[in-house]
Amino acid sequence: MDNKLLKINNGQKIKLADIPHFSFDEFYEEILSLALNDYYIVHYFAYEDKGKIRLVAVLRRKNWLFVGISDTPEKYPALTCKCTKFHMFEREIAEQFAIKPVGHPWLKSVRYHANYLGKEDIFGNDYSEDIPGRYEYYSVEGEEIHEVAVGPVHAGIIEPGHFRFNCAGEKVLHLEIQLGYQHRGIEKQILNANKKQLPVIIESIAGDTAVANSLCFSEAVEALANIQVGMEAKKIRGLALELERIANHIGDLGALSGDIAFLPPASYYGRIRGEFLNMLLAICGNRFGKGLIRPGGIRFSITDKQKEEFVNRIKKLKSEIVHIGDMLFNQAGVLGRFESTGIVGTEIAQQLGLVGPAARASGILYDARYDLPAGVYQEIPLKVVTEHTGDVMARALVRYNEALQSLDIVETLLTELENNNSYKHTEFELEPDNFVVTVHEGWRGELSHCIITDSKGDILRYKIKDPSFHNWMGLAIAMRNEDISDFPLCNKSFNLSYCGFDL
Amino acid sequence: MLFSIIKNRIEQGYRTSKYPNEEIKLPERFKGKPEINSNCEQKIAELCASNCPQDAIDPKEKTIHLGKCVFCGLCEELSNGSFIKFSNDFELAVTDPEQLIYDGMIEKLEIHAKKHFKKLFGRSLQLRQVSAGGCNACEADLNVLNTPFFDLSRFGIQFVASPRHADGIIVTGPVTRNMKKALLKTYEAIPDPKIVIASGSCAISGGPFRGNPEQLNGVDGILKVDLYIPGCPPHPLTTLHALLTFFK
Ligand code: SF4
Repeated sequence: MDNKLLKINNGQKIKLADIPHFSFDEFYEEILSLALNDYYIVHYFAYEDKGKIRLVAVLRRKNWLFVGISDTPEKYPALTCKCTKFHMFEREIAEQFAIKPVGHPWLKSVRYHANYLGKEDIFGNDYSEDIPGRYEYYSVEGEEIHEVAVGPVHAGIIEPGHFRFNCAGEKVLHLEIQLGYQHRGIEKQILNANKKQLPVIIESIAGDTAVANSLCFSEAVEALANIQVGMEAKKIRGLALELERIANHIGDLGALSGDIAFLPPASYYGRIRGEFLNMLLAICGNRFGKGLIRPGGIRFSITDKQKEEFVNRIKKLKSEIVHIGDMLFNQAGVLGRFESTGIVGTEIAQQLGLVGPAARASGILYDARYDLPAGVYQEIPLKVVTEHTGDVMARALVRYNEALQSLDIVETLLTELENNNSYKHTEFELEPDNFVVTVHEGWRGELSHCIITDSKGDILRYKIKDPSFHNWMGLAIAMRNEDISDFPLCNKSFNLSYCGFDL
Repeated sequence: MLFSIIKNRIEQGYRTSKYPNEEIKLPERFKGKPEINSNCEQKIAELCASNCPQDAIDPKEKTIHLGKCVFCGLCEELSNGSFIKFSNDFELAVTDPEQLIYDGMIEKLEIHAKKHFKKLFGRSLQLRQVSAGGCNACEADLNVLNTPFFDLSRFGIQFVASPRHADGIIVTGPVTRNMKKALLKTYEAIPDPKIVIASGSCAISGGPFRGNPEQLNGVDGILKVDLYIPGCPPHPLTTLHALLTFFK
């Protein structure tokens, strides 16, 4: 269907004045009808410009992004009532800019912080109190119902979050996931930060997604500062992103196996994950790829010796990964636990707007590397990996098959490298009154950054969206009617980001 | 099935490192303990200091604050190694916050390891980890100590689920306002005597989030820290070295 928004490319610089500006009513009708059809929301956020609050929506369909801006009322009837995809976005806007989506079915703070404008709090929270959690939780009533509260501090070495289960016996009727404990106020901090600090802040949004985040950031800056990046740098960026993907997918497959007490793959994959982090370490001196990607290119090249060594190592690791995979996916005990556990059907996944491996496991054919390719992905033929059962098994298989595909990509990229990367540390100036949105397929799915500059070329708004922003709700739905003992397994099959969500 | 388990077992072999009995060499580009040339031109030191994203360099004194530094290597790049050069030495932990201001020398951690800690925890050390705004890199590289290569439990050191079972906490992250209370409660739940370890640039100084009002610039402000482990994140060997030298 046709739409009134502006059609743009991933990473394309757009003058703010060229973006269609709607009255709120028109904007509302437009984005609602698009989202109810097969458009998905990449961004929906507010920003302040010369004392006026405006709303921005970036939607996607197939190979295109679409953007529109609107005036903002103080309150409006919640879009979420008609289209679930808006659920978190509307809560976030309410929290950051005190705009009330009236009738929102679960209007509760997302990250627990005072709004940016110093206005009266929509949720009635008192932020001089330290603890997030002085608010209601969704509850189920009935004689047999009991609640289980877990977190913020969990049993293992993981990030904090609060999980509230409403159960009848062992069965989970509803799970509410309350985050915000990791909130560092990054989007706000960026506005006051010195430019030299930005790459480092960006790499600390989520350490396990440092490469994808710095890629989104750097491409956005490059677009706004008119910087061209050479092919060699693009290849190494893609290579690093794939290494990040492989390390996380393989690590999680091991952890899934550990969660059902099948220990050999847990140990082997746990160790193999490290091999990929060590490749990043050898390239840039950091196991998470921090410090590798900067606006303008990449700071380190891969030597011929490293190239040869990596290719050999990857060949060997690939065969080990396949052998362990054969053992894992053929074990009856594993199938018994993985199959039909934590199902998210295709229709629900679409309604929630899930992204990444979680969406592909439910039969949604979307991979940003394929649909909105940027950098080296414009040159790489990719087959989008999908499954259809939407259970833990499907999510495990998608991640397994993606890891294998990424191994091939890394191998190809390595052999194509010409070792002619040049990089020099430079300062950048952003073009004033412009807008850019960048999208990459991080290992958890669609990651996107958006920058709006003011008339002086300073950053007026920096918006970050981690794929987890879409997917935490998917985990909650996956747990419905499951045994509470299956939570670790379901959780690990998604393995969502706390800090990426909390920002 | 059994056949494939055995086959994989043989293929995987024995992977645990011999560290600390045998040295491990990290790749050339790993950025460990910096070497500082205090005779370097003032202009170059100032160039590095003004470009350092973490404002970790004092160009007059020619020092780096190891708790603020994220080991990005920009200073080495800009000075072409003439002011700062990162070595491969991963032994970075210190006990005294003054020692974080580094002029090219770190006193050996052994000297500062307290005897009574060794006596109490030398044979068995149980730690509760609390992530208080960590980006998950520090957390992941602590978790890695449980994988077969490092195999932390062979030293009698374990991460435990309950603070009541713990001898101390190891904190990551700048301590967000929203985690302050949970962190303090976890600390209170640990029986005395207890130790506090700050792991990573964020936990030591707030890291990239230093000065941001949603966090507390590290653990120091609310708890007395016994051991600081620099890095962004600290390499697992930096942590392992710190734990073994301080407690064993
Ligand atoms: S390595 Fe440390 S001291 Fe050097 S520029 Fe980076 S943060 Fe600053």
